[in-house]
Amino acid sequence: MDATEIGLWGVPLAMLGGAIRVSTPFIFVSLGEAITERSGRINLGLEGTLVFGAMTAYAVAVMTGSPWLGLLAAAAAGLCFGLFHGWICKFRGVNDIAIGIALMLFGSGLAFFFGKPFIQPSAPDLPAIPFGGWSDVPQVQAALNVNVLFLIGAALAVFLWWAFRNTRAGLILRVVGDSSDAARAMGLNPNTVRLIATGIGGALAGIGGAYLSLYYPGSWTEGISSGQGLMAVALVIFARWNPLGCFAAALLFGGAGALGPALQSVGVTQGYYLFYAAPYILTLVIMIATSSPSRSLAGAPGELSITK
Amino acid sequence: MTERFMLSRRDLLKTSAAGAALGLASASFPISRAFAAAVTVGFVYVGPKDDYGYNQAHAEGAATLKAIEGISVVEEENVPETVDVQKSMESMINLDGASLIFPTSFGYFDPHMLAMCAKFPDVQFRHCGGMWNKDKHPMNAGSYFGYIGMGQYLNGVAAGHATKTKKIGFVAAKPIPQVLLNINSFLLGARSVDPAITCQVIFTGEWSLAVKEAEATNALVDQGADVITCHVDSPKVVVETAAGRGAFICGYHANQSPLAPEKYLTGAEWNWAKVYKMFVDDLVAGKPLPNFTRGGLADGFVKMSPLGPAVSEAARAQFDGTLAEMMKGGFSVIKGPLKNNKGDVVATEGQTFVEAAIELESMDYLVEGVVGSTA
Repeated sequence: MDATEIGLWGVPLAMLGGAIRVSTPFIFVSLGEAITERSGRINLGLEGTLVFGAMTAYAVAVMTGSPWLGLLAAAAAGLCFGLFHGWICKFRGVNDIAIGIALMLFGSGLAFFFGKPFIQPSAPDLPAIPFGGWSDVPQVQAALNVNVLFLIGAALAVFLWWAFRNTRAGLILRVVGDSSDAARAMGLNPNTVRLIATGIGGALAGIGGAYLSLYYPGSWTEGISSGQGLMAVALVIFARWNPLGCFAAALLFGGAGALGPALQSVGVTQGYYLFYAAPYILTLVIMIATSSPSRSLAGAPGELSITK
Repeated sequence: MTERFMLSRRDLLKTSAAGAALGLASASFPISRAFAAAVTVGFVYVGPKDDYGYNQAHAEGAATLKAIEGISVVEEENVPETVDVQKSMESMINLDGASLIFPTSFGYFDPHMLAMCAKFPDVQFRHCGGMWNKDKHPMNAGSYFGYIGMGQYLNGVAAGHATKTKKIGFVAAKPIPQVLLNINSFLLGARSVDPAITCQVIFTGEWSLAVKEAEATNALVDQGADVITCHVDSPKVVVETAAGRGAFICGYHANQSPLAPEKYLTGAEWNWAKVYKMFVDDLVAGKPLPNFTRGGLADGFVKMSPLGPAVSEAARAQFDGTLAEMMKGGFSVIKGPLKNNKGDVVATEGQTFVEAAIELESMDYLVEGVVGSTA
C-alpha cells in the first residue's frame, strides 16, 4: 500500500475537506442574513447578491489581475444591493420578502448579462494557507488547504456572537429587531438601523460570492450558486439567529454535501441520489428533534415578518 | 431558477433589418434574388453558448454558418427544457422567419419540439441526440448525433499511458446510455494499454452543478485517480480542479487545453460545423433533409483535440494507430468476451458492436473494471 492509498479514510477526510471548502459561502451569506434578520427584516435577495458578487469578483479579478480587488468589488456590489433593499423597504406597505425575491431575480439576471464575456477567461485565485504541512499524505494536505476567507468567516462568527450581546451596536440591533416601538422610545430610527444591517448583510453575501468564483469551485459560470444563497438564508432560521449556530450549520451542510462524492469514490455506489439528499435529511431531522410546541422559534426577532 | 438572456431580441432586430436591406437589394438587382430568399436557421441552447462545453460546441458549429452567404442565424441561450423552448422556437419562426431549427438539448425533443412540428409543418426541426423514429414522429422532425464514444476510447488510450496509479477517474452527470457508453469506452481504451487499469466513476446527478463537480473531482484524486475526464455540460470546473490537484485531463465536448495546457492530454470534441453545413446545404439546394443522421470520427462529426505535451511517444504511436483504424470504419469498442461490473456477460466471444450498432444507444451497464453503479 503506497502513500496515495487512503481507502475508507477518504470519507471522513473528504467530509472534513468538504466542510472547509464548501461551507465558506454559506458562512458569509448566513452571517449577513443573521445581521439583517436580527434587525427585523428578511432579505431573500441574497441569492441574487451571491451570484452578482461572484460575477463582479471574477470580472474585476480578470481585468485587474488582483483577486483582492475582486473581493472588494464584490463586497461593494453586495453593499449596494443590500442598501437598495433596505431603502425600498422603509416605505409604507412594502413587503420585504417580495422585494427580496425581486432582487434575487434581478441580481442573477444582471450577473448573467454582465458576466457573458467572463465565462471564458481565467482569473487569479484567492490564496489558501496550507495547514497540512505536518502530514506526508497529499490528501490530508489538500484537505487542510484552508482559504483565508474561511478563517475570516470563522472569526467573524465568533465576533458577531460576542458583539450581539456585549456591544452597544449589538444592543441597538436587537432592540430594533425585537420592537420598533421600544427602539423609537429610545430615540433610535429603526429604518436607519435596518438600512445599515441590510447593507452589511449584502456586503457579506457579496464576499461569499467572491469565494465561489475566485476560490472554490473557482470559475464564473451561470450555474455557480445553484441555490446556495437561498439555503444559507434558511440556515439562519435553522441556527436560531445565532452566529455560532450559523457557522456550525454551514460546516454541517458543507461536510454532508461532500458525503455523496466521497462515498462513490470509495466504491459505495448504490443509491447516490439518497446521499446527495443527506444535507436536507439532516436538516429535517435536527429541525424535528429540536422543535417543541412550547417554545416555537425561540430566539426569533419579534419584528420579523415571518414570526409576527 | 431560470433566467433568459434576452439578447436574442436585439439579434432579431438586427436580422430583420438585415433582411429588409437584403430585400431592397434584391429588388434593384434581380439576379441576386436567389440569395435574397435568405434562409434563416435557428439554434436553441440550454446553457450559455460559451461554456467550454456542450453549448459552446454547438455555438461554434452555428458560427460557421454565419459566414455562408444568404444564411442568417438566430440563436437563443439559457432556454430551459420547459414550455419556454416552445416560445423560443415559435418566435424564431414567426418573427425571424426561420425555416430550419436546431433545438440542441436532449429534453427539448419530447414534447416541446414535437408540438412545434405539428404546429408548423413547413418548418424543419432537427434535434441533437433525440431518437427520431419514422413510425412515431413527423417527417419534418429528425435527429442527429455523433459517435463520440470513439473519442472517449482514444482519450482512454492517452490516459492508459499517462496513469501511474493505474486508476483513472470519470465525473459523470447522469447514467443515461450516451454517458455510460462514454465511461465504458474510456476504460476500455485505457485497458487496451494495460488491462489492470480501473476507472472510478462519480455521478453528480445533474448536467451542471459546479460545486458538486469540484467535490467529485477532489474525491477521485483523493482516491488515487491521476487522469480525469468527464461528461457534464461544462467541463471547465472539472478541468481546473483536476489540474490544480496535479492530475492529467482528457477533455470533452470542446477543446479545454487553454485551461490546463500542461496537464491536458487530449479530448473528444464535437465537430457540429460539418453537420450543420450539411443540413443547410441540402436546404438551400431544395433537397429533403435527412431525418436520422449519425456519424463518427470518419464522418467528421467528432474530432480529437491536439495531443498535449505530456503525451509520451509510445502513447502517441498507439493513439495514432487506433485513430487510423477507426477512420477505416467498423471499429468496435464493445466487443466480446466482455462482462459488466456485476459479472454478467454483455458480449459473448466473437460478438462485436460497431459504432453504429443501435444496441449501444440503449446501454444500461458499466463494464468490468469500472467502479460505480448506474443507480
